[in-house]
Amino acid sequence: MNEKLQRILPRVQKPARYVGGEYGQMTKDPANVRVRLGLCFPDTYEIAMSNLGIHILYGIFNGMDSVWCERIFAPGADMEAELREAGISLYGLESGQSAGEFDILGFSLGYEMSYTTVLNMLDLMGVPIRASEREGLSPLVIAGGTSCYNPEPVADFFDLFVLGEGEEVGPELVALYDKAKLAGWSKSEFLQAAAQIAGVYVPSLYHVGYNADGTIAAITPEPGAPERVSKRIVQDIDNAYFPAEGLVPSTEIVHDRVALELFRGCIRGCRFCQAGYIYRPVREKSRDTLVEQGKRALAYSGYQEATLLSLSTSDYRDLSGVCDGLLEFCEPRKIGLSLPSLRADNFSIDLMRRVQKVRKSSLTFAPEAGSQRLRDTINKNVTEEALLNSLQVAFSGGWSAVKLYFMLGLPTETDEDVVAIAELAHKILRAWKQHATNKNRGVRLTVSTSCFVPKAHSAFQWEAQVSMEEYSRRVALLKESLTSRAITYNWHEPETSFIEAVLSRGDRRLGPVIEHVWQNGGRLEGWSEHFNLDRWTAAFAATGIDPHCYANRERGEDEILPWAILDTGVDQSYLWQERQAAYAHRLTPDCRDTCTACGVTRLGMGVDCCG
Amino acid sequence: MARHRLRFEKTGRAKYLSHLDLMRTLQRVFPRAGVAIRHTEGFNPHAYISVALPSSVGMESDCELLDFEVVDDTPLATLPELLTAKLPEGIRVLKAYEAPGKVKELVWLRLTGTLEYDTITDTADMAQKLDTFFAQRPLFVTKLNKKKEETQVDLGPMIKELTFIAAPPHKVTLHAVVAAQNPSLNPSLLLEALRQSAPELAPDFAAFARVEVYDKDMRVFR
Repeated sequence: MNEKLQRILPRVQKPARYVGGEYGQMTKDPANVRVRLGLCFPDTYEIAMSNLGIHILYGIFNGMDSVWCERIFAPGADMEAELREAGISLYGLESGQSAGEFDILGFSLGYEMSYTTVLNMLDLMGVPIRASEREGLSPLVIAGGTSCYNPEPVADFFDLFVLGEGEEVGPELVALYDKAKLAGWSKSEFLQAAAQIAGVYVPSLYHVGYNADGTIAAITPEPGAPERVSKRIVQDIDNAYFPAEGLVPSTEIVHDRVALELFRGCIRGCRFCQAGYIYRPVREKSRDTLVEQGKRALAYSGYQEATLLSLSTSDYRDLSGVCDGLLEFCEPRKIGLSLPSLRADNFSIDLMRRVQKVRKSSLTFAPEAGSQRLRDTINKNVTEEALLNSLQVAFSGGWSAVKLYFMLGLPTETDEDVVAIAELAHKILRAWKQHATNKNRGVRLTVSTSCFVPKAHSAFQWEAQVSMEEYSRRVALLKESLTSRAITYNWHEPETSFIEAVLSRGDRRLGPVIEHVWQNGGRLEGWSEHFNLDRWTAAFAATGIDPHCYANRERGEDEILPWAILDTGVDQSYLWQERQAAYAHRLTPDCRDTCTACGVTRLGMGVDCCG
Repeated sequence: MARHRLRFEKTGRAKYLSHLDLMRTLQRVFPRAGVAIRHTEGFNPHAYISVALPSSVGMESDCELLDFEVVDDTPLATLPELLTAKLPEGIRVLKAYEAPGKVKELVWLRLTGTLEYDTITDTADMAQKLDTFFAQRPLFVTKLNKKKEETQVDLGPMIKELTFIAAPPHKVTLHAVVAAQNPSLNPSLLLEALRQSAPELAPDFAAFARVEVYDKDMRVFR
């Protein structure tokens, strides 16, 4: 290890995050590989290592003989200062070698607020942040992940984006790079060829023109570039790679347990939910696959806890079967099993009791809106009756901690809808008083609200976000309506949501804004202690950008949206139809009930996409 | 008291693990290796293990001790190989055995250290000055107690042996036997004493390693 680094490490917080060497890490002889790949995550180790996608890609890329894939994560503020002071550039955790020397730097982009961290990491690697300033084939700076469904605000910084699930595109792309490197292609030759791979979007091959009013006039591909880029998906999820024998961190991370992915996609179609649209269609793993993968991962890792992962756990058809299969392994070994994101409408007491036998946690529900009218508008198929029934069962089963999540600022929301959140909370309290088996323990009811952020590729992609002042007014209204001291009310401040709203539907003109924010100290902005609205306000002013035009403006049906050429498989006309249904408070059935022809079967599933 | 004990080393990258990280890692290694060990009773059972002397981040060691109890029929002699294969880089199990005595009988700890001086060239002179400085009794250092109040501690009674040897061109090595527990002498306090009372002798960087543990009569403790 670098001597300068040895001096730094004892001084920084949790240095184990910066040394690698964990159980399951992959090391290779650099002389025996042709492509050095940096798997970059624009947040700290604890967050990065909690991401299942990172573990999947790490295993897949290292499974390629010609490739050595290492991890590169964002340093904490103290470590960054030490690295800069000592003149040490950001390095791969496995080799300790400077990441700027790698061939490909692949970022996982899952959250808009990490954009400034991307720039900071590139800078710490000594890599020019703008794609146009990187002339050679290496390092190639690429990204995948949810944010790539509208990557336009960071289009200046990346050479290409991967749309959809990286399991197949990733290796195809790296193999092409390998070929290009051996043959000595120029960067533009490589990018032209890469653009031919389905799911690869090369932003420099598209020209964006604007109208006088600031809206987009046209997005024009260069000759040879595809008109539209469609996402890629894994079709056979049962046989997709699962990192059962992967990295096990030595130091504590946020999700420090085995994570089993029940299915991808979601049958529900909540209209605000970007994930619900972009991850379609639903693809379930079989019970046997899940139990086998769970046992293998637990035995390999020594973890004492496993969790089930998906967008809506209780929609997995054989949830009982999976739980039984896993509990059979877990119980004698004193391994805990947890079930996140249960829905209120099909909550099963039996299941809850069985899982609870080993360990117990608090119950979390996300009704999202307080009134039935608004829940219908957003197509959140949860009724008050179902929620209260579920909780009644839970309270009589001895549970006493409930967390409820809501959004304020949803389209069509009125003050009545806001007050209805409080009314629902009070009804839940009454249900507890009526049904709790042990009242001495008290009840912990937590209501949380966040400010709704309209997202690209959702039915609400055309909506205006409410102003920060309006959100705060609604928070105050809800606060005064929650009269019981048994209820804790937590609300997210609207500043971050405002910037998220700007970035999530932003276009290429935001590149200089992000760069300005980074140059003025913006990084790790997903952490409230590092976020500063003033820095963004100053950047908007300096670059002549009106953020309200992105966050608080309603778009027309005919407006060309910045992500218009990026295709999730779900038709724009379907999303518009869903928006109309929202305003008519009309429900759309879930995919398992009826196929509502969203368009995703175009992706060539050839299977029953209703899960 | 747990009946079994492991001696293991913690070197290289593993020295940056905190005590809690190390505990977490050691709890996981038994199920990984398929060895059943005693768990705590109660609602939230966890592996019943205990590391003898928690060490600070950055400390290497050849003499860490872990108490635990095998409850299946795995022979103790097979554990070093079984467990080491399932541990992260830098942690190596040296021996597993029936615990002959209680950890509270562990009294002295042998340490080595490297003190680096970036701008000093006469390391022999520095070693001599360090010997002289640390020969003073009492040897007070001001530290913060758990309530964050400043308190004076005399390091003298916690030092059994302490010598410095020049390691030109820029290093001085430390060889010490210090109190292992109740209270232990954290070697960072030696550096703190220099910073407070003889800043001209304070190194630019120092790293320490545990070499051996002893009972009150300086017999090797196992």
